[in-house]
Amino acid sequence: MYSKRYSIGRIGIIAIISLFSLSCLLPFIMVVSGSLSTEKDIMDYGYSLFPRQVSFDSYRILILGSHRIVDAYAISVIVTVVGTVLSLLVTSMAAYAMARRSFRYRNALSIYAIVTILFNGGLVPWYIICVRYLELKDTIWAMILPPLANAFNMFLIRNFMMSMPEDLHESAKMDGAGEFRIYAQLIVPLAKPVLATIGLFISLNYWNDWFLGLMFVDKQELQPLQLLLRTLISNVEFLRSSSNAMDIQRIASQLPSESIKMALTVVTIGPIIFLYPFLQRYFVKGLMVGAVKG
Amino acid sequence: MKIVTGAGSVSTRTRLKSNGVIRELVRNRTILLMFLPAAALLFLFNYLPLAGLVIAFKNFDFSKGIFGSDWAQPIMNNFDYLLTSDSAYRAVRNTILLNALFIAVGLVFEVGLALLLNEIRNKYFKRITQSLTFLPFFISWIVVGVFAYNLMNFESGAINRIIQSLGFAPIDFYSEAGLWPAILTLAVRWKVTGYGTIIYLAALTSIDNSYYEAASIDGASRWQQTWYISLPMLKPTIMILTLLAVGRIMNADFGMFYAMVGDAALLFPTTDVIDTFVYRSLRKSGDIGMASAAGFVQSIVAFVLVLASNYVARRADKDSAIF
Repeated sequence: MYSKRYSIGRIGIIAIISLFSLSCLLPFIMVVSGSLSTEKDIMDYGYSLFPRQVSFDSYRILILGSHRIVDAYAISVIVTVVGTVLSLLVTSMAAYAMARRSFRYRNALSIYAIVTILFNGGLVPWYIICVRYLELKDTIWAMILPPLANAFNMFLIRNFMMSMPEDLHESAKMDGAGEFRIYAQLIVPLAKPVLATIGLFISLNYWNDWFLGLMFVDKQELQPLQLLLRTLISNVEFLRSSSNAMDIQRIASQLPSESIKMALTVVTIGPIIFLYPFLQRYFVKGLMVGAVKG
Repeated sequence: MKIVTGAGSVSTRTRLKSNGVIRELVRNRTILLMFLPAAALLFLFNYLPLAGLVIAFKNFDFSKGIFGSDWAQPIMNNFDYLLTSDSAYRAVRNTILLNALFIAVGLVFEVGLALLLNEIRNKYFKRITQSLTFLPFFISWIVVGVFAYNLMNFESGAINRIIQSLGFAPIDFYSEAGLWPAILTLAVRWKVTGYGTIIYLAALTSIDNSYYEAASIDGASRWQQTWYISLPMLKPTIMILTLLAVGRIMNADFGMFYAMVGDAALLFPTTDVIDTFVYRSLRKSGDIGMASAAGFVQSIVAFVLVLASNYVARRADKDSAIF
């Protein structure tokens, strides 16, 4: 068996997996390297895996030079924190209601939620309702409220709550606790594993979101980090598709440098990389729950 | 992914009179109150837009609102307009073809990587490579767009540097529409292969080891074991995930297309999909009639497809239907 372990087939398999894994990592390294390179090196030699000369200038400019970037960071943090807390609260309360066996019409609540998974009104009516009727345009709530109540997450939490023994609830009721108290002091602590998983799902979505910003936020000081990053990149795209040499000349002088763009990318993905060990563990767990019984 | 609405155990009770209904609701008022915030949000952001689909038949006027606007004259006016539009046809075609391409290539990559990883016995190698391949799933498409730009831009992109150092002329990726189905497929694979592999890997590890032991006693090679045991055991999972993906074939991932392609009009012949088309009609050209008609068609077809794929999934395996 020993010789078989190092057969050609096995080496091939290891090579393919290694290559693919490395290709997943390389762009990250290139960005970090780009952010630490000098502007001149990028212009002269292109992006490379290691900076020729290490320079922290881009980060210095990022933090000190532009309050717009610090503002965008603050907006993203606020949206993520407020959105995650509110979303978990709203979703878990609704899940509790849908899981409550003593309530005869709980199925009606589930159907009310399931309809939103099946039917989708599409972008146009949704946009007009948010802008004209809810007046969310250019407010921070535009980036928090629309995805706040998510029926799919409600069902994941509800399923977890329904797997808890009913006696728990009965005995708490016997001791005179009301429904809200039972939810807050008994069920929520017990549902911590599923709440942690879904909380991570939610916060990742808020952090990575730029679609809501793109739709509703034109005001510069309200733009989240991801959208700011897009704005910087698309300036370059605009340059590329512009045939007017004068335009290119004019805008090139205002363009943020390549290395600053890379530094902004690094700070945008920084929290995710930092939390990656948690994220990965809980996501795999959550996926299994979703696949097996969700 | 089953969502059980569950049968009520109370159905054996006597039929309710209307005051019984009210009494039940009053008795459970705390529970109803706890559901209220979610109900209100779902109403505003999901139910109202559903009612708003009617906008496709209206001559929309912002000051009059969705329901106050006049009906289109003739009623199908927005759709007539849509049908004569070449770019609408192009968007539908691109959406379906690109999604079909993503589904097919995705299947090969995800099942393939799961089978390969399943052959690995070294725990650490497996764990590290899984972590690395899962990593791209967690970053936004915007960041992937930056990565792609680093690789492909004309002046300093890594690919063009390599091409030039080999003595060839650089490629202007951002104006070569023909290359983009392949580029987008690669980008999707790069981002979500690790994620997609997890479910297949879980299915593989749940296969009883005795099948493989019996096969190897009979002299089956690893390759034969993969072909005759692993793949057939994965078949239900493959079927279900593919069906669900086919159910969403009319819905493009706006985030990906907008982050990767953006407003580069040169690339639209192969990359403009329904979602980006609707977005542009709505936000850029302000053509709400066209956008709402296209969105209406998409919503209806998507709904039928979801029901159909769920029906097929349920026939194949009861537990794998969504509802």
